[in-house]
Amino acid sequence: MSNLVFKSASDLVELLQKGEVSSVQLTQAFLDRIEKLNPAINAFLHVSAEGALATAAEVDRRRAAGENLPELAGLPIAVKDNLTTVDAPTTAGSKILEGWVPQYDATVVSLLRAQLMPILGKTNMDEFAMGSSTENSAFGPTGNPWALDRIPGGSGGGSAAAVGAFLAPLAIGSDTGGSIRYPASMTGTVGVKPTYGAVSRYGLIALGSSLDQIGPVSRTVLDGALLQDVIAGHDKHDSTSLPATLGSMTEAAKNGDLKGVRVGVIKQLQGEGFQAGVQARFDEAIDLLTAAGAQIVEVDCPSFEHAIAAYYLILPAEASSNLAKFDSVRFGLRVTPDGNPTIERVMAATREAGFGPEVKRRIIMGTFALSSGSYDAYYGSAQKIRTLIQRDFAKAFELADVLVSPTAPTTAFKIGEKNEDPLAMYLNDIATIPANLAGIPGISLPIGTADEDGLPVGIQFLAPAMQDARLYQVGAALESILVNKWGKDMAHFAQAGTMAAPASEAN
Amino acid sequence: MSEITPDLVRHLAGLARIDVTDAEVSRFTEQLSLIVDSMASIKAAVQGDVPATSHPIPMSNVFREDVVEPSLSQQEALSGAPDSADGRFRVHAILDEE
Amino acid sequence: MAKAELMDYAKALEMFEVVIGLEVHVELNTKTKMFCGCANEFGSEPNTNVCPICLGLPGSLPAVNKRAVESAISIGLALGCDIAPTGRFARKNYFYPDLAKNFQTSQYDEPIAFDGSIDVEVPSGNSYTVNIERAHMEEDAGKLTHVGGSTGRIQGAEYSLVDYNRAGVPLIEIVTKPVYGTGSEAPELAAAYVRTIREIVKALNVSDARMERGNVRCDANVSLRLHGAEKLGTRTETKNVNSLRSIERTVRYEIQRQAAILAKGGTITQETRHWHEDKGITSSGRPKSDADDYRYFPEPDLVPVQPSHDLIETLRAALPEKPADRRKRLQAEWSFADLEFRDVVNAGLLDQIEEAVAAGSSPQAARKWYTGEIARLANAEDKDISELAVTPAHVAELQTLVDSGKLNDRLAREVLTYVLAGEGTPGAIVAARGLEVVNDDGALIAAIDAALASQPDVIDAIREGRMQAAGAVIGAVMKAMKGSADAARVRELLIQKANQ
Repeated sequence: MSNLVFKSASDLVELLQKGEVSSVQLTQAFLDRIEKLNPAINAFLHVSAEGALATAAEVDRRRAAGENLPELAGLPIAVKDNLTTVDAPTTAGSKILEGWVPQYDATVVSLLRAQLMPILGKTNMDEFAMGSSTENSAFGPTGNPWALDRIPGGSGGGSAAAVGAFLAPLAIGSDTGGSIRYPASMTGTVGVKPTYGAVSRYGLIALGSSLDQIGPVSRTVLDGALLQDVIAGHDKHDSTSLPATLGSMTEAAKNGDLKGVRVGVIKQLQGEGFQAGVQARFDEAIDLLTAAGAQIVEVDCPSFEHAIAAYYLILPAEASSNLAKFDSVRFGLRVTPDGNPTIERVMAATREAGFGPEVKRRIIMGTFALSSGSYDAYYGSAQKIRTLIQRDFAKAFELADVLVSPTAPTTAFKIGEKNEDPLAMYLNDIATIPANLAGIPGISLPIGTADEDGLPVGIQFLAPAMQDARLYQVGAALESILVNKWGKDMAHFAQAGTMAAPASEAN
Repeated sequence: MSEITPDLVRHLAGLARIDVTDAEVSRFTEQLSLIVDSMASIKAAVQGDVPATSHPIPMSNVFREDVVEPSLSQQEALSGAPDSADGRFRVHAILDEE
Repeated sequence: MAKAELMDYAKALEMFEVVIGLEVHVELNTKTKMFCGCANEFGSEPNTNVCPICLGLPGSLPAVNKRAVESAISIGLALGCDIAPTGRFARKNYFYPDLAKNFQTSQYDEPIAFDGSIDVEVPSGNSYTVNIERAHMEEDAGKLTHVGGSTGRIQGAEYSLVDYNRAGVPLIEIVTKPVYGTGSEAPELAAAYVRTIREIVKALNVSDARMERGNVRCDANVSLRLHGAEKLGTRTETKNVNSLRSIERTVRYEIQRQAAILAKGGTITQETRHWHEDKGITSSGRPKSDADDYRYFPEPDLVPVQPSHDLIETLRAALPEKPADRRKRLQAEWSFADLEFRDVVNAGLLDQIEEAVAAGSSPQAARKWYTGEIARLANAEDKDISELAVTPAHVAELQTLVDSGKLNDRLAREVLTYVLAGEGTPGAIVAARGLEVVNDDGALIAAIDAALASQPDVIDAIREGRMQAAGAVIGAVMKAMKGSADAARVRELLIQKANQ
């Protein structure tokens, strides 16, 4: 019955609801696969076998007793390690939080528990979500299920790899500059960054407070919709959370349609700087959209030229302030130098030992951007670029219902290939960053593999703020067209024997 | 000609309470110079009357009623503390005057 | 600490013009903290009124206390301020163990209230207009206790303990514009200003305003410049001066200290200083340095505050009477002469007398007690009247006992000392100690006879109209009765005897 792990979340939900499979059975299947494969892929930092099975058992008991259960009850899920969980350590991929068990659950985690979803464990990530390859984790990189010596993307490489390697049917990620969408593109999975404020950030270890958003990681668009419907909603603990819900994403995903949809191709996000194989799959996808009745237009967003600069000023600035709380006093690592150190010395030594180089670099950068004398030229200017980016999007959305671009400029590169050059690493996010600056939602879904390396390519759709449903509607439609065209789903492009390839049904 | 100098990097690291080695200072100076230079264009790009956006989705007046909610217990509060005594967090001597 | 040289005060004012600026922090009396639902309570067990938010745990987010915002607006209105159509919170970034997030959520360039003014009266009767720069919302830090070392202060401590119960308690910071033209009355104005702020926030019922509990804290900025100079001199800031008397003394001290330096051709270091009540001096703290680069930026976790016109007008309509108006009313109600009333105001006794009157005392009696015996006793112990254990209700009760003849003045004063010692209410003390005036004429006559036995000439003297002679006998009787006789009655009886 280990073939269960290859089924989509929506299929598994049906089996669970029909009683054809028990939650314990299902949870155990994933736990077994995790035990077997995680050592090599390092997607999970912590596995909560006991807790997951206990929840699963409770679901089975209550279902047998004929109780009405939440929609996704009994369906296991993985959670990125920057969301607080009271029953598992929460490290945000950092030594400074190694072993820290939080005193409270993140709101999203509470929602998952209310759904009675067994939480399989916490997934690996770039330290404090700073990075796009998961190589910045203090606990080792995560491999790409398609090729373990390649990056799975970041910062949420663990969640994407877990889902891509069938270690979990669904996962929770967070996206600040592309940390859900970029790994989705690298691993041939689906990832969504909802509108800023659609999902509560309470309990999400903050990186860039005005940019962070929690979202679903899945293998199909419908699966992502099911999850977003569970985790989205107003939270009184998060003052930036939207007052009203955005409607049913599930309904939108079930009603995928491209007829008459105006699709805006972003001039600045294609062509030069994009890998040939990526551009090729993207162009084909555009043709498919046209064939399905969509209207393709070109939109011009000149301020995107400054998006990376603005992002890498705003983000480090907010992060430098958000990470000040890691000071050895109330939680986390404490390093005490010899002699009679003062608290200032203890703080400085702790942060030196506890933070990795990328984190230190960004904190220093952020401190610079905010310091008196620099504020106007840097942070202040960056916040104005943000306004220009919002204006460009507003203009573009007058001409188009959704915008489109390749999610990433390249396919998955090798682990170690780019980490000496932070600037080069920053360019990975060129297509994903604008959405975070503007607060609008975006989705990445797989559109095939690149000819030159056989690795996944992703397409990104963007919608106006609050119009997340459009992403699921358009995404589901395209996904359906592609699966029909291929005669199989994306995972079947993976080489046999890799973790991304579903084992043969004959097992 | 970059504004980022080793002295500045040391000063910033001090403000941020992070010890840095000499090797780190040189590495950061070089990397941050590159990064900051690449950003030189943005100040020019926002000439004119462009307002800043600090919140991507405009909202205002989000408040909480002045009603007491359950607190953590003292034990829970201290549960992550590297060191505590008498129900309080314990830290090494503070250099500055209060 | 070497003792600084001080110039004679009058000379300092001759040479220099004084400019002061005051920052007052008011702790609100909301039920919960500024950004979380923990109780805003004094005296709880350490770290029991804390939660992920005020402890600064990773992932926590602030949520703004509506009542705190309304209190801030009320304070702003009472200070004659404009209320900002859009106010924003900002982060003030610095590291300190009592600051859970190592930034304080405060307000920077978009405070909730700005540009106000209030009139402040000083003991001489002069009135000054103090312009208010701004009033803004922020949160308090936790409490540090320094252990080891000899003084319990930070220097020499081995380690420190942190209690975050106070962290996150709402504060309103009120900043004045520089105050000019106060001449020699700068110290008095500073104290009177803070007293006025206290009156305002108490009348608004937004703060308990108890300075001894840190509900109202003052930072005093002082600078000097030559008369007629345009540029402001370098200022020092003396932080956390926590009683009205200390404020006055601090300002006076700084004027004298700075004048001495400037007169010698020296320069003032721009720095934070600390007032030492025991030694009566200010001492140097940290010099202002780059470390004070607070890197303010708009708080991304909170959205702007845009008070509606309706809300502002509702709060405005609910403002209590202005302190100046209240004073006029009370002076009229109590029928005090100008000098009498000013004494009361200068001594900060308005509330007490008002309460004593409410408890049944006559205004004059209350005034006599407070400005007389109670003030004397406070001075003797070098304390503020507010620190003594006697309440306005006690005073009213005491006066009632005197009025009813149960106590005479001397006994009443004795009872007062027992009240101050914490023995209870006047009535209880009189009963427990049996201190009533002796009204028994028989006992009095017996005492008079005993006194006359050793002073027989007094009767003749009285008969001859030399009434002063009575004094010796009355004195002797009072002594014998240990003061519990009513001197007037003794005199009456003595005269009756003489006329028999």
